[in-house]
Amino acid sequence: MSDAPGTPLDAPVERTGSAGDAPLVVSSRFDVADGHTLDVYRTSGSYPGYSGLAEALRSTPDQVRETVVAATLLGRGGAGFPAGVKWGFCPPGVWPRYLVVNGDESEPGTFKDRLLMERDPHQLVEGALIAAYALGAAQVFLYVRGEMPHAQERIAAALNEALEAGLVGRNIMGSDFSVDVVLHWGAGAYIVGEETALIESLEGNRGMPRLKPPYFPAAKGLYLRPTIVNNVETLANLPWLFHHGVDAYTSVGTETSPGTRLIALSGHVRRPGVYEVPQGTTTFRDLFEDDRYGGGIRDGRALKMFIPGGASAPWFFPEQVDLPLEGRTVGGAGSMLGSGAVVVMDETTDAVEACYSLVRFFARESCGKCTPCREGTTWEEKILERILEGHGRPSDIDLLLDVADNISPGPYPVAADPSQGLDAVPFPPRQTTICPLGPSSVAPITSAIRRFRHEFEARITRRDPIPVAVAAESVAGEPVGGPGV
Amino acid sequence: MARLTPDNELLARRIVARYPEPKSATIPLCHLSQEQDGWLTEEGMAHVAELVGCTPAEVLGTASFYEMFKLHPVGRYCLNICTNISCRIVGGADLLARAEERLGVRAGGTTADGTITLEDVECIAACTEAPALQVNYRYVERVDEAALDALIDDLRSGSGRAAEFPPHGTLGLVRQELGADDLANVSPPEDQDVPGWFARHAEAAADGGSGS
Repeated sequence: MSDAPGTPLDAPVERTGSAGDAPLVVSSRFDVADGHTLDVYRTSGSYPGYSGLAEALRSTPDQVRETVVAATLLGRGGAGFPAGVKWGFCPPGVWPRYLVVNGDESEPGTFKDRLLMERDPHQLVEGALIAAYALGAAQVFLYVRGEMPHAQERIAAALNEALEAGLVGRNIMGSDFSVDVVLHWGAGAYIVGEETALIESLEGNRGMPRLKPPYFPAAKGLYLRPTIVNNVETLANLPWLFHHGVDAYTSVGTETSPGTRLIALSGHVRRPGVYEVPQGTTTFRDLFEDDRYGGGIRDGRALKMFIPGGASAPWFFPEQVDLPLEGRTVGGAGSMLGSGAVVVMDETTDAVEACYSLVRFFARESCGKCTPCREGTTWEEKILERILEGHGRPSDIDLLLDVADNISPGPYPVAADPSQGLDAVPFPPRQTTICPLGPSSVAPITSAIRRFRHEFEARITRRDPIPVAVAAESVAGEPVGGPGV
Repeated sequence: MARLTPDNELLARRIVARYPEPKSATIPLCHLSQEQDGWLTEEGMAHVAELVGCTPAEVLGTASFYEMFKLHPVGRYCLNICTNISCRIVGGADLLARAEERLGVRAGGTTADGTITLEDVECIAACTEAPALQVNYRYVERVDEAALDALIDDLRSGSGRAAEFPPHGTLGLVRQELGADDLANVSPPEDQDVPGWFARHAEAAADGGSGS
């Protein structure tokens, strides 16, 4: 904890190097003074800045894409789809193509892209240029969340420096590769993190997702042209990958999930922080208890539950702490690694209130396009609110599950619960909506009710009693109910 | 003043020129208008509509979707307290209640002197530094009640930390410098073809690379 209330910009976030000899792929300049400037970017960190781009420009665009495919670089925005494969979905011979960088990070608990943008903006620009080269993109749009003016400033400054140095725009590094990189910024809407909604927003519209098919961005994206939308962290991996090569990259992590991930660890741990960890080999227990990371549950309390991958992820419980941070394994166990946001909740946490806080988020952020989500999330929030305020009805728990089932027809993904003899239901959920926002609101509801139904029941069956002394006083003295009572 | 000033209009035209289709500049220009006036006025939106080539109603349709655009006057400072999960479980909701008490307004309200608008916001991506808040979208992290009280006093009196926060609506203090002369390749999508450098590699490839 810092001494002074409030933290100045660029104060070090609690963070250590990754485990053992694993390299820092994306966070090597987080604590380097002036790591955001071009000069320092070129001479610090785990590779010399813009050496990855130089390496990529010595290959053909197809070779660059093949390298990314060979590295099995998985998208870091939530879905975990291989980036190189995604790039290959652009239909041949259809021009122009666009690259859009998704920096609209808003998933509750997620806090990695902001650091990447604020502390190492050139790394992101270089990564975007490598991707644009592989794709044949006419333009790159860097879409930064509106509520992050400091990230916008850092990226603007980096792009200004890069333009001056001939690293963006015309004839990049003296080659015939030319691409414009434009900083664009949002105005506050979680749904815009969904790629088709982001494209709508970039076209100047309300950020409402488009139906897929036909609007797969790789085929019909921005201005209905082939468009690739990649997450900030995904692209930030590229400079290191191209400087050090595929073998170095795949030597970290596991075969199905190579490389590292930035994990934002928050909640009731001693050392919340953003940690770069090898994928697949690190477990949640390592993350919570290892002194390099969380350092244990705060105040020596017991773990009650944790969210393994952002607000949209079904909850995990103490039985799941030994699972590795590996997408398929976590998916099979009933949740997802999602955006790398791990929220730890100890035994003092009120499950009903935690559930309400997450559901309220989805209700507020529903764009309103699909009825099951617009109406469903709103009712989920209302029902939870009345339960919390002591006006819950006996039928409310089943009603919540029923509303949830209309948004995402069950069985909904959940973790196994050995005490009840219940198996895991694997990810992902089914949906009656265009995008996964509505179904995501179901995660906290099914997770909380299946495990902590008694907490909901206690809120519903017990009304807060009026203390006897107060009640007696009101009978003896001035009646509260008017004359004659 | 509600239309963009001549200087801002010039800047707005430079921004519009960066996009293959002008309407893409709608959100950045609404920000520019809000930065100028502190909130997004009807006249401001009408001017944005002229600049991006659509109707004022379309600009309103877009602007009203997004949390940050204020279609009515707000305080000089928007005090946004996070009450989402990571902040809530370490005291975010208590901070909001205290701020409501201190300011005498519920979340969403503005103090009578027009200084502070209080907002109850969702995750602001400072989860490891919880509980966190933003003043005009600038972070204040690991806030406790004493720090909140001191911050409110500063904002009300315009002293101390108040100087750290530019007026509501101010976005990045550094702007991207990208004039029309700097652009390599911006034109409407229908005028675009395969980029020259990409075509060169495709032709060179012995297997007649299809460009995918």
